[in-house]
Amino acid sequence: MSRPVPPRPVGAKRRWELTRWPAVRNLLRQRALNWVTTTAALLGFLLAIAAGILGTGAGSANFGIVFVWIVWWGLLMGALLPLGGRLWCFICPIPAPGEWLQRKSLVGPPSSGGPAGLLSIDGAHESQSPGGLSRGGRWPKSLRGIWLQNVGFLGVALFSAVILTRPSVTGWVLLGFLAGGVGLAMLFERRSFCRYVCPVGGFIGLYSLVAPVELRVRDPLVCRDHGTKDCYLGNEAGYGCPWLEQPWTMDRNAACGLCGECLRTCTQDNITVNLRLPGSDLLVAHGWKLDEAYKAFIMLACAAIYPVVFLGPWGWLKAWANLDTLQGFGLYALGFLALNLLALPIVHLGTAALTRWAGGLEGVPVRRLFVALAYALVPLGLAAWMAFTVSLVFANASYAWPVLSDPFGWGWNLLGTRDVAWRPWLTGWVPPIQAALLIAGLVASIAAADAILRKIHGKAVAIQGVLVQAFVLATETAFLLWLYLGASA
Amino acid sequence: MARFIIVTVFSVLGLLVLVVPWPGVFLSAGEREIRVLARDFAYAPGVLRVSRGDRVTLVLEAEDVTHGLYVDGYDVDLVAVPGRASRATFVADRPGKFRLRCSKVCGTLHPFMLGELIVTPNSPFWRAIGMMVLAAVGTVAFLRAGRRDAGDEAPS
Repeated sequence: MSRPVPPRPVGAKRRWELTRWPAVRNLLRQRALNWVTTTAALLGFLLAIAAGILGTGAGSANFGIVFVWIVWWGLLMGALLPLGGRLWCFICPIPAPGEWLQRKSLVGPPSSGGPAGLLSIDGAHESQSPGGLSRGGRWPKSLRGIWLQNVGFLGVALFSAVILTRPSVTGWVLLGFLAGGVGLAMLFERRSFCRYVCPVGGFIGLYSLVAPVELRVRDPLVCRDHGTKDCYLGNEAGYGCPWLEQPWTMDRNAACGLCGECLRTCTQDNITVNLRLPGSDLLVAHGWKLDEAYKAFIMLACAAIYPVVFLGPWGWLKAWANLDTLQGFGLYALGFLALNLLALPIVHLGTAALTRWAGGLEGVPVRRLFVALAYALVPLGLAAWMAFTVSLVFANASYAWPVLSDPFGWGWNLLGTRDVAWRPWLTGWVPPIQAALLIAGLVASIAAADAILRKIHGKAVAIQGVLVQAFVLATETAFLLWLYLGASA
Repeated sequence: MARFIIVTVFSVLGLLVLVVPWPGVFLSAGEREIRVLARDFAYAPGVLRVSRGDRVTLVLEAEDVTHGLYVDGYDVDLVAVPGRASRATFVADRPGKFRLRCSKVCGTLHPFMLGELIVTPNSPFWRAIGMMVLAAVGTVAFLRAGRRDAGDEAPS
């Protein structure tokens, strides 16, 4: 169903178009670019699966654990996500085999035009898969949004003490992701798995809202007057948007996988990739949804729980999370889910109600404030995850050298780095880096809260409303600072 | 103009929070010997407290398998096998919180076998809290000053 063309976004002038450079534009239009990056990533991914399932059970000597949970995670949270938004989704190998089967092609554009999937914007035609191997069905309406991704992430996070430390479990989980990607690609159109199921894609989408990179149409009016909608339906230059986005209506990053298909298919040269001020997508009001709000709660809650469980001095808590006893794990699961799904949302609901009262927003429903102000947690949540990642990566990155030479832990020494000893990197600098990240996240979150309130109200709200938000966000930040810099007992 | 003043004032205050000497700090220069038991992916005690300036001797005893103890920021590394303790001495000359982490692969949860060394007064933590309060107040002031500059006044 096509939506009306939106007006040119506010602040559109504060964008710096990267694709105005011919070299960048030409590079992004290369079909082979996607294939090269995803194939390279797929090789690494398959090695991680094989090492996980077949290799040593010692996580720190297994490529699957070290390269997924330390190297990849460090790159994702330290650079790709905060700087590039969904840049990882451009590289991600998980949907690649399914997409190749859908298209019956590794690289090339569709020979007769059209996508591997939906053939019509208005839904008049049933989904089809011209020449491909997929049934190309529509994803069920009742399962749209990111609720499934929230559930999937909670599941992975709940069992993360087991997944992160057992190579075989990591291997099977990764294989499950790959099988899910291929299986759903055979049943449903385009990248339904990425958009509605992938537990990683869910939080990448949320945090990509604050990324300084975006893909947008240059001038929505050009799209309005252009009837063929090649960017969505595809043509001989490329496939219709694999992410089921309609670029001419796109004003937030959440569901754009940056694959570049629309750059290739747009006959009007109207697609751009821009640098912009981070965070502007948080203010797109029609994007404020309860499922994403819950994603913001889950991510912030997990960012607070992880340092307690994994970096804290409490061995009994690690034993609970590690499934040492069913009773212990049951208590852990109860607490974990209650914090994620009840405690933080309830605190946030109270904060929204207090903000409404203090800010003179009586005309605004609490539910609307509850959902909208959850987006103010996004910068702080991202900063909290980056702070946790700094701990993880600086301490453990040196494990990468030995596993490069001996990915399975079988005694190989392919590159001569097998015997490089574990050595933490600059761990004395980790606390100040974490403090700086968290304080920067707080500043961005307060600014986001203020801007969201102004967006809802149409003008600046009374300062008391902003102070309520600032106080609660600062309290949450103080708790995170205590986790990283304060004494636990 | 108002925003410039706010940024300047809060930057100066932030600098003060970072560099002003911590009040009431006297190097105790005491001797501390702390026995740490390592077992089941945890240290006991899990949190070690010493004063800045203390000469600290850590004695590591492993109860189940071989464990290590690396102190972040101090580059102290101990390894103990069951039945044979290991010790190291260092001067705790830097305040703050420093993780203790196992440096010998000891099982599945090895990467998360951590403890804490707290060198008091924990001024880095309180300075961070001070910076955070300044950042929060400064951000609100900055945003409101912008509103007034733009004539976008809040309702009373």
